[in-house]
Amino acid sequence: MSWLKQTFTSSIGRKFAMALSALFLVIFLLQHFIINFTSVLSEKTFNEISHFMGTNVLVQFALQPVLIFGVIYHFVMGFVLEIKNRNARAIKYAMNKGSENSTWFSRNMIYSGFVILLFLCLHFYDFWIPEISHKYIEVLPEDSTRYFGEMVEKFHDPLRVGLYALSFVFLSLHLMHGFQSAFQSVGARHSKYTPAIKKLGTLYAIIIPAGFIFIALYHHLTAL
Amino acid sequence: MSTANGLNLTLKVWRQKNDKVKGQMETYQVSDISPDSSFLEMMDILNEKLINEGGDPVAFDHDCREGICGSCSMYINGEAHGPGREITTCQLHMREFKNGETIYIEPWRAKAFPVIKDLVVDRGAFDRIMAAGGFVSVNTSGNTQDANAIPIPKADADKAFDAATCIGCGACVASCKNSSAMLFVSAKVSQFALLPQGKVEAKERVLNMVQQMDDEGFGNCSNTGACEVECPKGISLDNIARMNREYLSASFTADKK
Ligand code: HEM
Ligand code: SF4
Ligand code: FES
Repeated sequence: MSWLKQTFTSSIGRKFAMALSALFLVIFLLQHFIINFTSVLSEKTFNEISHFMGTNVLVQFALQPVLIFGVIYHFVMGFVLEIKNRNARAIKYAMNKGSENSTWFSRNMIYSGFVILLFLCLHFYDFWIPEISHKYIEVLPEDSTRYFGEMVEKFHDPLRVGLYALSFVFLSLHLMHGFQSAFQSVGARHSKYTPAIKKLGTLYAIIIPAGFIFIALYHHLTAL
Repeated sequence: MSTANGLNLTLKVWRQKNDKVKGQMETYQVSDISPDSSFLEMMDILNEKLINEGGDPVAFDHDCREGICGSCSMYINGEAHGPGREITTCQLHMREFKNGETIYIEPWRAKAFPVIKDLVVDRGAFDRIMAAGGFVSVNTSGNTQDANAIPIPKADADKAFDAATCIGCGACVASCKNSSAMLFVSAKVSQFALLPQGKVEAKERVLNMVQQMDDEGFGNCSNTGACEVECPKGISLDNIARMNREYLSASFTADKK
């Protein structure tokens, strides 16, 4: 086996790659949030940034493939690890008190992750597939002011707003453990900065999902 | 004769003849257990009763009965070594339990720790991990340097010592939802990696020990931290982070292919 394959199929290597993909997603989500938030402040700014992101070659053909690979790797490896981990214990305890020694978030990453995956399917169906089809399949004329209207229209539907909000609650649960866990997986742990990473993780896990929920609700309510 | 504060308890104990047959939970009653007795003494009383009744006593591992050998593996009421922190089963006292309580007693559960009988599991996987690299090669030429002649920063010595307090009990594996052995292996990797004598073989060591750990069928680390909480020696997750660093950097820099 080549050393590279050996490394990335080992338990530690798998978690290292898992954490790198997760940290990429965390950064991606932050920029996604900032861009979405501009829609609350100014329709024009939101359209300008969306147009840039949608047409910039670097974003489209360098960052987007990394993102797609990262998402796919992350959830596939999430399921692979879950199966391996379950297999490592053939007989379950008749009595087990996980809550005595670990957080609920940390023990249920696969469930919070699964809800995020369902959400991503909906989200791709809502925005990504129409976007790709618009640009690369139907090749419709580009209108740099279309983005805001398309988004507001999606948030007309209260069911969609509800599903989005619920999904973000699960994203929050995922990140409550995940954010700091990713640093541990890459070996970044020290009494100097780990407490700060944990605090930052909790803040991120609350503010970003809550912010996304706010944006969806905002457009739903202001368009009523 | 019953004493005023003697405990009457219902025990649900895992019974299994050997690793070939299926086991099951059996229910036993013990009465008038002194709150001052240790958990293992309570088990002794149960076994005396079983022997007197012509039954098969419950097999369980024990040796030092003072928290240093790590053999007394029991999963008690849903926690490795029962309730209480930084103790082994032999250091657990019956005063932690209430009269009339039901106590679940199970073996460590992990595929890599097959049950030998009842509560006794085979922790040979840990030995094989140690054999894969958990040592410092010393040549027996007779001119080995005095360890005290090598300057070691106090902070490193302390961390290495803390890691070396691991008694190889396996509570970390038993507590982990993934049956991961990361806390144990990281303690063993760390106790050497932190010291100059161990640095010579550090890269090969961590690569070999992690590979053996994976081959034994332990799960992956989800960083839940259950191991650290249940570890009788308070081995810190710092060690796991250190092993992650050691392993990843060794992967990219070691001569070993
Ligand atoms: C697409 C659906 C997703 C699934 C199925 C999923 C699944 C998982 C699972 C099972 C783990 C735990 C792995 C383990 O420790 O054994 C995990 C960790 C993590 N996930 Fe996700 N996840 C998903 C999406 C996301 C998203 C969108 C983000 C961030 C924005 C994210 C961030 C993280 C982080 C930070 C970790 C911690 C990594 C580590 O422990 O090193 N996940 N994920
Ligand atoms: S790390 Fe702690 S729980 Fe694990 S084997 Fe060592 S002493 Fe036991
Ligand atoms: S019997 Fe030795 S640690 Fe419990």
